[in-house]
Amino acid sequence: MFAKITIRFSLALTLFTVLHAAAEEPYPSTYTPMPSGPVLIVNATILTGTGERINNGNLFMADGKIVTVSENSIRKIKGDYRTIDAEDRWVTPGLIDVHSHLGVYASPGVAAHSDGNEASAPVTAQVWAEHSIWPQDPGFNRALAGGVTSLQVLPGSANLIGGRGVTLKNVRATSYQAMKFPGAPYGLKMACGENPKRRYGGKGLAPSTRMGNVAGYRAQWIEAQRYIRDWATYEEILAGEDAEAIAAAVPPVRDLRLETLAGVLNGEILVHMHCYRADEMMTVLDMAREFDYRVSAFHHGVEAYKIADELAAAGVCGALWADWWGFKAEAYDGIQENLALVDRPAGGCAIVHSDSSEGIQRLNQEAAKAMTSGRRAGMDISPKTAIRWITSNAAKSLGILEQTGTIEPGKMADIVIWNGNPFSVYAKADEVFIDGALVYDRSNPEYQPVSDFELGREAEESP
Amino acid sequence: MNTLHSALRRNTRTVITALLGLIVPFGIQAQTVFINDATVYTMSNQSMVQDADVLIRDGRIRSIEAGLTAPADATIIEADGRPVTPGFFAGITSIGLQDIPAEAETVDFALNTPALHPEFDVTLAYNPDSILVPVTRIEGYTWTVLGASRMGSIIAGQGQAVTLDGEYRSFLGEKLLFIDIGSDASEQSGGSRAGQWMLLNQALTEANKSEIRWTPDALLTVNGRTALARYVGQGTVLFQVDRASDILQVLDFSQRQQINPVIVGGAEAWKVADHLAEAGVAVLLNPFANLPENFDQLGARLDNAAILHEAGVTISFHIGESNNARRMRQAAGNAVANGLPWEAALAGLTSNPAAIFGLSGGIGSLEEDGVADLVIWSGDPLEVTSAADQVIITGNIIPMVSRQTLLRDRYLPEHPDMPRAYLKP
Repeated sequence: MFAKITIRFSLALTLFTVLHAAAEEPYPSTYTPMPSGPVLIVNATILTGTGERINNGNLFMADGKIVTVSENSIRKIKGDYRTIDAEDRWVTPGLIDVHSHLGVYASPGVAAHSDGNEASAPVTAQVWAEHSIWPQDPGFNRALAGGVTSLQVLPGSANLIGGRGVTLKNVRATSYQAMKFPGAPYGLKMACGENPKRRYGGKGLAPSTRMGNVAGYRAQWIEAQRYIRDWATYEEILAGEDAEAIAAAVPPVRDLRLETLAGVLNGEILVHMHCYRADEMMTVLDMAREFDYRVSAFHHGVEAYKIADELAAAGVCGALWADWWGFKAEAYDGIQENLALVDRPAGGCAIVHSDSSEGIQRLNQEAAKAMTSGRRAGMDISPKTAIRWITSNAAKSLGILEQTGTIEPGKMADIVIWNGNPFSVYAKADEVFIDGALVYDRSNPEYQPVSDFELGREAEESP
Repeated sequence: MNTLHSALRRNTRTVITALLGLIVPFGIQAQTVFINDATVYTMSNQSMVQDADVLIRDGRIRSIEAGLTAPADATIIEADGRPVTPGFFAGITSIGLQDIPAEAETVDFALNTPALHPEFDVTLAYNPDSILVPVTRIEGYTWTVLGASRMGSIIAGQGQAVTLDGEYRSFLGEKLLFIDIGSDASEQSGGSRAGQWMLLNQALTEANKSEIRWTPDALLTVNGRTALARYVGQGTVLFQVDRASDILQVLDFSQRQQINPVIVGGAEAWKVADHLAEAGVAVLLNPFANLPENFDQLGARLDNAAILHEAGVTISFHIGESNNARRMRQAAGNAVANGLPWEAALAGLTSNPAAIFGLSGGIGSLEEDGVADLVIWSGDPLEVTSAADQVIITGNIIPMVSRQTLLRDRYLPEHPDMPRAYLKP
């Protein structure tokens, strides 16, 4: 699996990155799934994440993969396997949060753990969120108990371009490398609006206005275009037959900031842009056309409902909250039907994101609220469609939909068994599987990870 | 006779239109309302009444029982068995004290000074025309406690309960004092929480001994002394505090100073549940809190509410939200998911906070001759897939409209001919 993904990923690399990214990706994933055996889940209500619901469904997973999902009973399984009777229980793909700061704004939120914003310059495309991640953040374990199996950890939104985000498997390890989702593309965090202009304008620096923001991004893309050209020119010489020129050729100086930005323009790094207002999102879509790159998702997008058709047409997801609003002027027009309206047009792609160590634990409840608001406004939304907001749509925006995000044969066995309908305030994840391995069991403390920071506090669990 | 059918929940927009035509302006409480066939959670002596009819006249509940006959002049709401509860408590909020927290000019909930000013009273800044009032109210919340928030000082100031009817002076009960204790020790207390107690003891001494001549280096102003003295032997003081050891200090301090305390936050209250029960001190807690967000909350856990309730502590909820205060019932639902009995969670949104803040006359409960503040829910009021179908405040059928529903209705139609600025729902 890992080898296959590596090959696929390498093919996507342009020559220029191959040249200076050395033989392999730096800081590579060292993730290996936890031990697992074959598991057969029977009698479950299964939401596949593809828009389907299977009542009395059966699911067989082995070797870390989903093998079969079916309405019919699964026969002819060779060898030993564990059977889980999920009568009255529901099964969904593992939940995915596209916007988390776990590890970079870890609990406890002491000054020493404030590692999420390199707010020392408006453009810090050179920083990587993963280099701030504290894997001992207890928030990872809480999110796991909420059914979250993958998440993207992003830098904060103080900067126009905040740096690279990283997609993780929600597994416990002493290094982030061992959590890194194999083969997942990097994200790039960008931010519109109030935050960058407040942060820098407040110091008498640029940007201090929204037009300053846009000028700031554009100047960066222009530099990135030149960087790509410089490398291409260098490569052309090397590929040519002029021995003297080859001997004299000097490679351009490697620049971490431009390397990341070039990765976006080359389609390898996915843009995740914090943007609240509809008009600003429209500006960004035009900017993406100007420099020929794609925005994968607008995050927060409190006004995304105003441009739902435009987002769908551009193939851009809206990573949104169910009901947060009004904490600043650009969030003043929030409505609870935002997710439902963004999802409504053909090609619409709504995602429930958290941006919160509390919200990531309850993505199912947030999706349930948004579903309910949409239904009450007359839209036909049921759990089988709304589950996509916290699974497949999220996976799509992170570029990992081929590997996870739905219950389909061949995919990673990232699975949650819920004690009932997950679209309920009373729902709880009973068991969570990542790559087929049981990583959390609500009824078995042996499968409830505890971070180093909290060690010794489990004694408090039974007063 | 005006009849509203139970299509209420199925066709919200039609009903809004219908209601706008029916609504009696606030202040005129001539409306007679008859709710037919509800499941009524009275939160008073009657507890739950099934197949109940509710008669409301002149802003008050006249009767709750099965088989009532609707008066000829009544507006009838068919409940079809749906739950009816007292209007919910929106928590300690800044509703009407802020519009946009990030914009200082719209914010009035705190005094930005390290000095102790118990005389600071946020109710003077209350603006019921804030869009937060209808946004919160149509979600089933009919009252809140306006809280003084700490910005610089450990004594944040005073607040008060208020009905979210949009009137200018709908305050309820007595003033409340807010004190903030814990890790974010103020500049004035020298950076130590021990310094916070040092200051509070000194402030109480100044308040209690009017014979001490006021000097410029006193902690309290002359008015501050008077204000603080009003909480000795009477009134209610809310202590925002999380750490177990600090909660015990609050209990000791309050006993010594003859103060009636309520714990707000109380992330580690479960550790001292027996002490709280014995002292008869209530806790407003956050059922979402389960992370060691700071070193005062290392013991935060999801069953805090369940443990406290089991120990006999009166509980309600505090989620620290104003714009999104409507999340309170989701918070209560999460407490239930973690062991709190459902009825106790409902009490935490209704009768418990009313008792904690000394409110009677129908706030937090449904009773004969009590004020008619109630909500008809689409289903289980603690469930995230339910919603408030109809809110009634002082007998008035509240239009289920806020700036947010207007925005929704402006953007709901697909491909309108005219720019949406011409759509004025």
